[in-house]
Amino acid sequence: MMITRSPRHDMMMIGVFALVVLTMPIWLAPFGAAYPDLLQKFVIFGIMAVGYNILFGLTGYLSFGHAAFLGVGSYSAVWMFKLFTMNVIPAVIIGTLMAGVFAVVIGYVCLRRSGIYFSILTLALAQMCYNLAYSVLTPITNGETGLQIRPTDPRIIDAMFLEPTERVPTTTLFGIDMTGYGGFYFCAVALIITFFISVRIFRSPFGLKLRAIKSNQNRLNYTGINTRPYLLIAFVISGMYAGLAGSLLAVTDPLAGAERMQWTASGEIVLMTILGGAGTLFGPILGAWIIKYFENIFSAFNDGRLHEIFSFLPDTLESIAVGISAQFVGEGWHLTLGLMFMLIVIFLPGGLIEGFNRIVARLRPGQARRRAPAVEEKEAS
Amino acid sequence: MDAFVLQVLNGLDKGGAYALIALGLTLVFGTLGVVNFAHGALFMLGAFCAVTFNLLLNLSERVEDPNITAFTAYIDQPYLETWLGDFGTQLMDYSVPLSILFTIPVMLAIGLAMERGLIRFFYKRSHAEQILVTFGLAIVLQEIIKSFFGANPIPVSAPDTFVGTAAIGSLIGLGEGVAYPYWRLIYLAFSIVVIAAVFSFLRFTTYGMVVRAGMADRETVGLLGINIQRRFTVVFGLAAIVAGLAGALYTPILPPDYHMGMDFLVLSFVVVVVGGMGSLGGAVAAGFLLGILQSFASMNEVKDLFPGIDQIIIYLVAVVVLLLRPRGLMGRKGVMET
Repeated sequence: MMITRSPRHDMMMIGVFALVVLTMPIWLAPFGAAYPDLLQKFVIFGIMAVGYNILFGLTGYLSFGHAAFLGVGSYSAVWMFKLFTMNVIPAVIIGTLMAGVFAVVIGYVCLRRSGIYFSILTLALAQMCYNLAYSVLTPITNGETGLQIRPTDPRIIDAMFLEPTERVPTTTLFGIDMTGYGGFYFCAVALIITFFISVRIFRSPFGLKLRAIKSNQNRLNYTGINTRPYLLIAFVISGMYAGLAGSLLAVTDPLAGAERMQWTASGEIVLMTILGGAGTLFGPILGAWIIKYFENIFSAFNDGRLHEIFSFLPDTLESIAVGISAQFVGEGWHLTLGLMFMLIVIFLPGGLIEGFNRIVARLRPGQARRRAPAVEEKEAS
Repeated sequence: MDAFVLQVLNGLDKGGAYALIALGLTLVFGTLGVVNFAHGALFMLGAFCAVTFNLLLNLSERVEDPNITAFTAYIDQPYLETWLGDFGTQLMDYSVPLSILFTIPVMLAIGLAMERGLIRFFYKRSHAEQILVTFGLAIVLQEIIKSFFGANPIPVSAPDTFVGTAAIGSLIGLGEGVAYPYWRLIYLAFSIVVIAAVFSFLRFTTYGMVVRAGMADRETVGLLGINIQRRFTVVFGLAAIVAGLAGALYTPILPPDYHMGMDFLVLSFVVVVVGGMGSLGGAVAAGFLLGILQSFASMNEVKDLFPGIDQIIIYLVAVVVLLLRPRGLMGRKGVMET
């Protein structure tokens, strides 16, 4: 159904999407989310989720190790900043490619198995990367402190063209500062490009094969198609998306730490995809935005804020309400996250997009009526 | 030789914990067909059962200190000492072993509630969805514990009698170097007893026989007029108890904090997969094996040879085993062959 949509329709959709992303600073202002830090996170994790969706949404292979690629991307980008130049272009390219190399190796090993074994293998390999980053690879990753940029770094290319400075330099794109809104627009353009690629993949014969793998891999094997190369390509593409997201994280804030690679971080990526709707085009991005938004809002709440909100209640009720809701905000944000996770998986396995579609179907009784007789006819015949 | 024996012992008690958690995981998987990512949280809950029990025993009232007469000083007088005298003090000292009595009913209740309340709706769903929902549940459980007990590890001490080390070396004629903490030995013995109990329950009782029959062919057992679902629910409760006991007695070795479950869960899953999904013996064997391998990898001699090997040995073994023996060490044909 989705596949038969015309290319023109797709281009319009991407155009609208680009408009929505680029005007985020305007339309998010009423929600109190229009500041560069959060906007950057929105688009970066949007990229991450789009990439994860290519693997999990299309093929159904549940990877619990994508945070490792994010970390690899971050580390390579920061090393590019340290060694060569503060210009972001080489950092992003190398970060993406390094993650791609890792994805080829990890994917080659993990894709020999499927189902839960695949999940465990990705989890094991990602944990291995995380543990190594913390211990033996400290010369490369700077262990617990995280990799940072210092004024004393060599930066070979910058040293040739620019005057050396004493202070810690910031990331730039040919002179444009990449920390504030500049960084946001850079990441936004990256998100639009990656979204375009993902739409092309969804519509391509390659995307169709990935879907076929999800619905019935055996049948595909019986038709004489070797599925593994397709899976590996999908895995590498989604790993490179994660690497891109990781290097963009380093672009907006040139710091890389091992905690980005922990498996709970992978879990969060899975949650974003599921929340929005795995296998849909917009769902994962929507999920990433919602989670990052609520994470930001909820963890900023404190008791004072809650007392303000519930001040319309009588005193005893107010303190009870504050006491209960205080568990879910601030430090307790993870509790909300976990509950959300459970509720979505239990009641809306298709994610928010599915819920939205259901509501639309409810609201348009004409369509439902038109569909209903068709079913009856089929049953009658 | 001494170092060798010591490392084996070191690995055994950790392996005991892995084996107990993995046993429950694979039991649930074999009966209900559910991949339970919240099993580590059950281990953590068990540990906090011991903490709670310890707090309950130490409930005390504030009384004036009779020893200080110059000014009014207050001391905490535990109720147990007031009521039972020296016996009360003894009880408090033995809080960790006694917490078994508290842990079993609590964990059974939690396990049954979990199975009836959530897991049973996920029998027919895909493994990915089972993983996700139980992962969410694990987060919720650990956050609840965090909000009650705080984020810091809570130390719980073993009974005074078992503090210190046992000179095993001189006992079995290996030299004085081999000394080992009593409590870890007890933990090892305890885990072996629990494993033996679970195995004999499944092997030698009629109830266990029916459960095993259900694992092999659920439909036929159902057609024979046996309510196999109820028995599987009980098995889930049993798995919760095993994980809880493993956690409760582990508290003197590792002060429990809210995320210990997650740390152990990842490793136990690796253990289950290495042992072979759905194979009880495999889970136990792999648990002890990986525990021992891990302790060997953390020896300095080995670490000098392969830096960082102690951090990754378990995962490395898992990857190698899965690639060479896709069904795990003792996996059966036809289980999870997708």
